[in-house]
Amino acid sequence: MTSPLQQKLKITGPTAITANRLSDGVVVWLTPSHGWSTDIADAAIATTSDVAMTLLSVANGDEIHAVGAYPARVVVVNGRAAPVNLRERIRVGGPTIAFEARA
Amino acid sequence: MPLVKQGAVVPDPFARVADDAALPEGPALVPLARLLADGLPEGRNAPLGVLVPNAADVALLAPFIGQLAVIVLDFPKFRDGRAYSQARLLRERFGFSGELRAAGNVLRDQVLLMVRCGFDAFEVAKADDIPGFTHALAAYSLVYQPTGDGRRTIGDARRAARGA
Amino acid sequence: MYVHDEFDRAFLADRVADFRDQVARRLSGALTEEEFKPLRLMNGVYLQLHAYMLRICIPYGTLSSDQMRALGHVARRYDRGYGHFTTRQNIQFNWIRLDELPDAMADLAAAGLHGIQTSGNCIRNTTTDQWAGATPEEIEDPRLYAEIIRQWSTLHPEFTFLPRKFKIAITAAKHDRAAIRVHDIGLRLHRRDGETGFEVIVGGGLGRTPFIGKTIRDFLPKADLLSYLEAILRVYNSGGRRDNIYKARIKIQVHEVGTEEFSRRVEAEWAEIRDGALRLDDAAFAAIADRFQTPDFAPLADRPADLTDALADPAFARWHANAVAVHKAPGHAIVTLSLKPVGKPPGDATADQMDAIADLADRFAYGEIRVAHEQNLTFPHVRQKDLPELWRELDALGLATPNVGLISDIIACPGLDYCALANTRSIPLAQRLSERFADPARIADIGRMHINISGCINACGHHHVGHIGILGVEKKDQEFYQITLGGKANHKARLGELLGPAVGEDEVVEVVERIVDTYLALRAGPAESFIAVVQRLGVEPFKERAYAAG
Repeated sequence: MTSPLQQKLKITGPTAITANRLSDGVVVWLTPSHGWSTDIADAAIATTSDVAMTLLSVANGDEIHAVGAYPARVVVVNGRAAPVNLRERIRVGGPTIAFEARA
Repeated sequence: MPLVKQGAVVPDPFARVADDAALPEGPALVPLARLLADGLPEGRNAPLGVLVPNAADVALLAPFIGQLAVIVLDFPKFRDGRAYSQARLLRERFGFSGELRAAGNVLRDQVLLMVRCGFDAFEVAKADDIPGFTHALAAYSLVYQPTGDGRRTIGDARRAARGA
Repeated sequence: MYVHDEFDRAFLADRVADFRDQVARRLSGALTEEEFKPLRLMNGVYLQLHAYMLRICIPYGTLSSDQMRALGHVARRYDRGYGHFTTRQNIQFNWIRLDELPDAMADLAAAGLHGIQTSGNCIRNTTTDQWAGATPEEIEDPRLYAEIIRQWSTLHPEFTFLPRKFKIAITAAKHDRAAIRVHDIGLRLHRRDGETGFEVIVGGGLGRTPFIGKTIRDFLPKADLLSYLEAILRVYNSGGRRDNIYKARIKIQVHEVGTEEFSRRVEAEWAEIRDGALRLDDAAFAAIADRFQTPDFAPLADRPADLTDALADPAFARWHANAVAVHKAPGHAIVTLSLKPVGKPPGDATADQMDAIADLADRFAYGEIRVAHEQNLTFPHVRQKDLPELWRELDALGLATPNVGLISDIIACPGLDYCALANTRSIPLAQRLSERFADPARIADIGRMHINISGCINACGHHHVGHIGILGVEKKDQEFYQITLGGKANHKARLGELLGPAVGEDEVVEVVERIVDTYLALRAGPAESFIAVVQRLGVEPFKERAYAAG
C-alpha cells in the first residue's frame, strides 16, 4: 500500500477509513470519536475530501492500535456505512468460501 | 546522530567537509568524489576519512586504503542493503583496517548484520536503540555462514564436535 | 530427511527469542510499522485482509510425520483448524494473531520448523523435486545441496536486504518438477566426464514481467556451489535496481545488462572468492549428508500379489494409474496425495487431515511426507504391497481424488478471499472448475492438463506457465479473467499466449470447457496432449471457438 499521507486525497463518494488491528490483524474502522471499531456500521463517514484527509491523518497518527489505514468507498444505509466493493465485502464478511467446504 | 563504538556513545572528532569547502586542521570526512578528484591532501597529519555513496564501486578506494582513518558507508533507508556488500569488500578484499562506519537509517535490528559485514562504528538513527545494541549483538550464539568477522560458524562447531 | 542437530536447534531458539523481542517492541510502539514490517516478513508474517498470515518453510518440501503433527497443532491451537500448502513448498496459516505468533513459532521450533525467510527481500526457501531421493530419474539426491544452500543463506548478513525477493530451485532429474527455469536462480545437477556439477540458470521468473532463465554457466563443480551463489548475489545486491519495485528482481538486471555481461560480472567476482572460506570440501558435504536419514528400504519385489489382485478393482486401478509413480527401490512406489478434491479449495488441509496424514506416513511411508509445488502432498516411499490399504485410508480422508496432473489438479493462489494484494478471487473459480470437471473418466480422457489461476498480476498462481493460465483483473468492481494457452513450467519451460479479451467471472468455466472441447475435437488421437495440440496449431483455433458461443 502506498502511503496515502503523501498524496492529496480526492474522494468521489461516501468514504470511511479502514485498517487492521495491530495485535491480531482484525479489520477495523475509524469511528467519529477517532477510536476503532470492528463494525463497519460504527465508521465515521466522510463526504468531502477534506474530511476524509483529516480522518486519514488521524488514523495514520495511531501506530499502536491499527496499521495500514486507507480510505475505502462505502455506501450509506440508514445513516450507517456498509461495504460497497468486493474487497470490502470480503473484509467485512470473510472469505466467500463456505467453511464446510474445507473439511 | 550519536556515534556508537563498542556499545558506547563516543565523541565524533571528524568534521564533514563539503566538496568545495577548505579542509579543517583536525580530523575530516570528505566526499568520495572529492577524494577521487583531488587525491589525498599532501602534508596533512590529521586523520582523513571518506563518505562513500552506496552505489559506488569501492574498488576505487583501493589506492587510498592504507591512508584512510575512516570510511563511512551509507544506508539511505535501512532496507537498502548495498552497503553490506561494500563493507565486506573493503574488509575482506581490500584489507581496510580503519574505522568502518555505518551512517543513515542505522537501527538496532540491523546492527548484528552490519558487524558481521565488518562495520565497527554506527551513527545511530534512534538514540533509544543504543541500550539494545549489546543485546542485539549477542542475540545469536552461532551463525551459519563465514564472513570476514571471524565469528565461529556452525560449520566450525560441527567440525570441532566431529573431531572431538 | 535432514534432522536438525544441536546447532540448528540453538539457532532456531535464538531466532524465536529475537522475534519475540521484536514483536514486544512493536506492540509497545518502540518499533514503527515501517521498521517492523521487514522484520516480520523475514519470519514469514504477512498482514492480509482479515488477519496476520504465517508462512512456514518446509525446506525443499520435506516433512517428517512429527512435523506434520506440529503443523496440525498450530492449525488447531493458533488458527482456524486448517492450513494452505503453497506453490513454493511452504504452508500458510491465515488467521494468526500477532501477539500469539512468538508462541506459535516456539511450538514450531520444537519440531524443527520455522518461518525464516519465507518472505522479505532475502533468499527464500530453496525448493526442489518433491520426488527427490525416491525417483529413479535423478542422478543424485538434490536435497543435500538444497540444505547446504539453506544453511548458507539463513540470516546471511550481506543478503538480508536485497533489492527484492530471491528464489532458488534445484533439480537433479531430467524431468524438472521444480520449475527451475522460472526462478531467480535455477540449478540443474548433471554429470560431465564422471563428475557431478550444476548448470546455473539466472533471471527466470513470473510476476508482471515473466522471463525464462538464462544459462550463465554450463558446469559448476560442486565444491564451488556457495562461492558461485555468493558471487551472483553480490552482483545483484550491488547492481540490481532499487528505484522501482517492479524492476527490482534479478531477471530485470540480467535483461538490462545482457546475459553475457551479467555472466562476466559474476565470473569476475567469483574469481576473487572461489578459493575462499565458502569452498566446500568433502568434510563439509559429509557433515550435512550425515544428518540426512534415508530409509533402509526393505528388499522387496515389484508388483506383489497384494497389488496385482487389488488392480482388479477399477476404482483402485484408476487411482493407481494416476497417483502412483515409479520408485528407485524395487517393491516401492511414490504416491501423490491430491489436495484437490472436487469443489474444495486447492492446497488446503485441515488439522485432522494433517494428523491423519502423519499417522499414515508412519504406517506406510517410513514417516516421510513431501510437499509438491503443484500444492499436493507426496509419500515418497511406500511399499507396493501396502498401496491398496493406503488407498482405502486416503480415500476415506478425501485425499485419493484420481486427478493428479489432470484438469482439476488446479494451482491457485489464495486470491481476494485472503490476500491483501489480490484484485480478484481465485479459489471459488478453482472450485467451480473442479465441479465442472468432476467425472474421473472424462478428466482421464482429457489427459494431462495444468490450469493455473492467479488473482492478480503478481502471478502467485503461476498462470504464465499453465497449459491454461487464468489471470484475474478487476474492472469497475467486477472480476474479469484473462486466459492464456500453452505455458509450461518444466525443462522446456515457455510462457503462455493470450487467447483474447478477458471474460467475466460467470463465463470462465464455459470458456474453459469450450477450449477443452476444441482440444478434444482437434487432437490427432488420445495420445496427443492438450499442450501438444496448442503447440502444433497455435491459439487461433481455440480463440475462434472459445469466444464463438458468446
